[in-house]
Amino acid sequence: MLKALFNLFSSLKLTVACLVLGCVLVFWGTLAQVHLGLYKAQNEFFRSFLIFWQPAGGGLEIPVFPGGYLLGTVLLINLLAAHLRFYQPGKRKIGIMLIHLGIVLLLVGQMLTDALSQESALHLRIGQTKNFSEAQRDYELAITDTTDRNAEKVVAIPAGLLVRDGQAPDGMLPFGVRVKAFYANSDLAGKPESGLQPVPQTAGLGNNFYWRELPRETAMDRVDMPSAIIEITTPRDAPSDYLVSAFLSQPQEFSINGRSYEMALRPARYYMPFSLKLLEFHHDNYPGTDIPRNFSSRVRVQNPQTQEDREVLIYMNNPLRYSGLTFYQASYDPDDGGSVLQVVRNPGWLTPYFSCLLVGAGLIVQFLQHLIPFLKRRLAQ
Amino acid sequence: MKKWIPTILTAVMAVWFFSSLYQPAESGFHTREFGRLPVLMDGRFQPFDSVARDSLLQIRAKQTLSIAESNQTVSATEWLLGVMMKPEQAEAQRIFRIDNGEVLAMLKLPEAQKYYSLNELRPSLDEIQKQAERIDGIDGPKRSVFENQLMKLYAALSLYQRLELSVKPPDTDDLAADLAEYQQSMTAGIAAVSARAAGQKYDQVAFVKFMGFLSGFQTVAEYALPNIIPPADPPGGQDAWENMGTNLMQAAPTGQISIPALDYAAMVSAWRAGRPADFNQAVAHYRIWLADHFPSQARKAAQEFLFSTMEPFYKAMVIYVLALVLALCSWVNLSEWLRRSAFYLIALAWVIHTFGLVFRMYLEGRPPVTNLYSSAIFIGWGAVILGMILEKIYRDGIGCVVAGFAGFVTLIIAHNLALSGDTMEMMRAVLDTNFWLATHVVTVTLGYASTFVAGFLAIIYILRGLLTTSLDEQTGKSLSRMVYGIVCFATLFSFTGTVLGGIWADQSWGRFWGWDPKENGALLIVLWNAAILHARWGGLVRERGLMIMAVMGNIVTSWSWFGVNMLGIGLHSYGFTEAAFRWLLIFVASQITIILLALAPRELWRSFRKKPAAG
Repeated sequence: MLKALFNLFSSLKLTVACLVLGCVLVFWGTLAQVHLGLYKAQNEFFRSFLIFWQPAGGGLEIPVFPGGYLLGTVLLINLLAAHLRFYQPGKRKIGIMLIHLGIVLLLVGQMLTDALSQESALHLRIGQTKNFSEAQRDYELAITDTTDRNAEKVVAIPAGLLVRDGQAPDGMLPFGVRVKAFYANSDLAGKPESGLQPVPQTAGLGNNFYWRELPRETAMDRVDMPSAIIEITTPRDAPSDYLVSAFLSQPQEFSINGRSYEMALRPARYYMPFSLKLLEFHHDNYPGTDIPRNFSSRVRVQNPQTQEDREVLIYMNNPLRYSGLTFYQASYDPDDGGSVLQVVRNPGWLTPYFSCLLVGAGLIVQFLQHLIPFLKRRLAQ
Repeated sequence: MKKWIPTILTAVMAVWFFSSLYQPAESGFHTREFGRLPVLMDGRFQPFDSVARDSLLQIRAKQTLSIAESNQTVSATEWLLGVMMKPEQAEAQRIFRIDNGEVLAMLKLPEAQKYYSLNELRPSLDEIQKQAERIDGIDGPKRSVFENQLMKLYAALSLYQRLELSVKPPDTDDLAADLAEYQQSMTAGIAAVSARAAGQKYDQVAFVKFMGFLSGFQTVAEYALPNIIPPADPPGGQDAWENMGTNLMQAAPTGQISIPALDYAAMVSAWRAGRPADFNQAVAHYRIWLADHFPSQARKAAQEFLFSTMEPFYKAMVIYVLALVLALCSWVNLSEWLRRSAFYLIALAWVIHTFGLVFRMYLEGRPPVTNLYSSAIFIGWGAVILGMILEKIYRDGIGCVVAGFAGFVTLIIAHNLALSGDTMEMMRAVLDTNFWLATHVVTVTLGYASTFVAGFLAIIYILRGLLTTSLDEQTGKSLSRMVYGIVCFATLFSFTGTVLGGIWADQSWGRFWGWDPKENGALLIVLWNAAILHARWGGLVRERGLMIMAVMGNIVTSWSWFGVNMLGIGLHSYGFTEAAFRWLLIFVASQITIILLALAPRELWRSFRKKPAAG
């Protein structure tokens, strides 16, 4: 039994099956992007173990095809098992060994990247300094104790936890937080437009607003704009409601027990132990056109821990790598007065480089081992 | 005698190629000289000749204009001169190509004609504008065929109208005389304008006259397409070229009209009055001035002009076809001189192909592949090398057929891709890196080329085996070895290229892999090639199975080369063309047919039916 299983997992048939299924998966997943958008298709097809099919109308989900994680894992097991089974010492197989080692590294590295990497954006106006970047798609409900402006305390609740009727865990805040309504994607306006409903009366900002729930965004270039009504409860007073939304740039302010607070639904923040200041932003076009030729940001890195204080230039294809983060020139403000840097934390970023070297070397060794004797034979004929 | 045929044939074709270098002197208007003049358009310096060719391609889908009435062929530059300098006459020329029945029905035009003049379209211009404004709000991929075709016509019309206003203001006849008057009116005109602004008494006649000139120039400044006038003080900025209108408007404060503007005005007047000698003199005068002040731009434009006149890719294509025919004939009568002629011709065509490729790289200052057009040229180039190597090793004509076919088809594809406009357009900022263009793009493209070669060899195997008796065991074995070897090659290139692409993505926007359609396309090729190799190593497929998988590789590659661009999403997309989509479907259908044919039982294969004769 075990033997049969080992034989199955180490067989070339399984390899070919996985590769062919992989082709189908990649093709299907690419086509699906047209309707689902890149982001969702990626999660459903490639970053999943199984692809589910939901018959129209039914709540049932039937797994119909292996997803990227499953195929990748099986391929990895297959590769290792096959090498155990067919391993031969000596020079002849060195090319194959190198190739497969590189592929293992690539697969493992990419799975690590998937699990560990984090992308966010850092938007800086010229002259502005920030020590945090913001998520591009994820939001958080941030409640800040602003009583002492010099020692603000922030409690941030990820928007994913803000389901309707959800309660903030006790003990984090001296009052209760309850979600009365939450739209993961919404439209919000200050005047009645077609399709919009009036927002229920609330305290603070947020009266005379109109809103509606929208389906989650699938396009690459648009993001969800969530809105919610949050109820703040204290044992003493009557509860009061507040509207928070990605559309509102100002936080809601309120005070309880003589302490003042601010509450906002904002892009999730990632704090860094250092800060970046945008000194200059440059952007050139090709002569006589509006086609951008290059853009670059000159920033100052200030790290209080290491006393580091220096200027760097970030431009296309030349990112700044600093303390485990990489900052890329991603975009800029239409008025050229600000710059957007993509911030990536990816501990596995070097794996593809090594894997490429290994596989490249292996392929060359392997083909030379075949080509040279073949050419020698041919020339001898 | 037969011994010499290959050499003679090759020499004849080489002479044919070089014959384009010899150009008889022009009589009448020196339009070729005009075509060499540099302008700044689409962010690069190019000769008028290229502006004319690219515009005519977009409007008429041809690089020349044939006039039915006089049975004459007019060069693109000559056409452009007419449009810019004598628009009232040019508007009667039938140059707008409209193929779509629905568009024609909307415009109430007869279907049979294919080409239509601006005069014929004029009654419908408002309607076209209205439709275009509506369609503009629709996302590209969601547009219907009618909507796409209408937008194409709209773009052609806008291009045409901008070209008309590129040199002279509307309703101007003798531009040179007008400029002389403008020059004289400047002092009084400026005085009148400032007096009027200050609320004082002013010379009304001078004011009206001066403003009349300015409003004409203003129109040109707004609409002119190429920037044709070099900046006055070169060290300040070699790149700050202006269009004719802006330059003339800015002449007023200085009181001096620039020499280039005066020369162009002289050309306009001479062209309109039909005075070739004056026209030629103005062109020559401007060329001398350019040689003094802007030698590098003038040189670059002249080089590009030479490149366009030599048409290396077109000529290579013709020679490839010839070689393909000879190589196919050599299979029929197994004659060595035919095979050798084919090989020599392919070598010649490849040299011309390489010459074109290198010349283009030099003109652009870029590695060989920068867009879809150049990828077609490069795929062909790589495939021809592989074909020549196979021929050198096996000497059985198969390599020649592969090379001839690959060269011919890829250059045809490139030719059709060039219909969308300038093929040397500037690159978006993120792509603006020669290092990654030279490594990632080149290796991935070589991966495409070799996968196609393997697939084509498989088609030869299947068709010869099924339809003829010529696929003996020996040929079968060598074809199978060729396919295997080339698939190995393809795996090497496509894997390395794909990983390099990931590294580039990591360098420029922070992620190694993003499941972007173009990335997936490249991955698909790697996976498929790996599947072929493992299937063979595992004994899952033999000769025939290998061939079928290799043909499938053609579908995979064509999908990743063209198909993914048609999805209209992702960072890599180049844009959608319907004609290309139709051809892709036809190609895929043909490949599936071949696969189905190959699945026919062995008894139906003519080559396998009879037992090979003993010995």
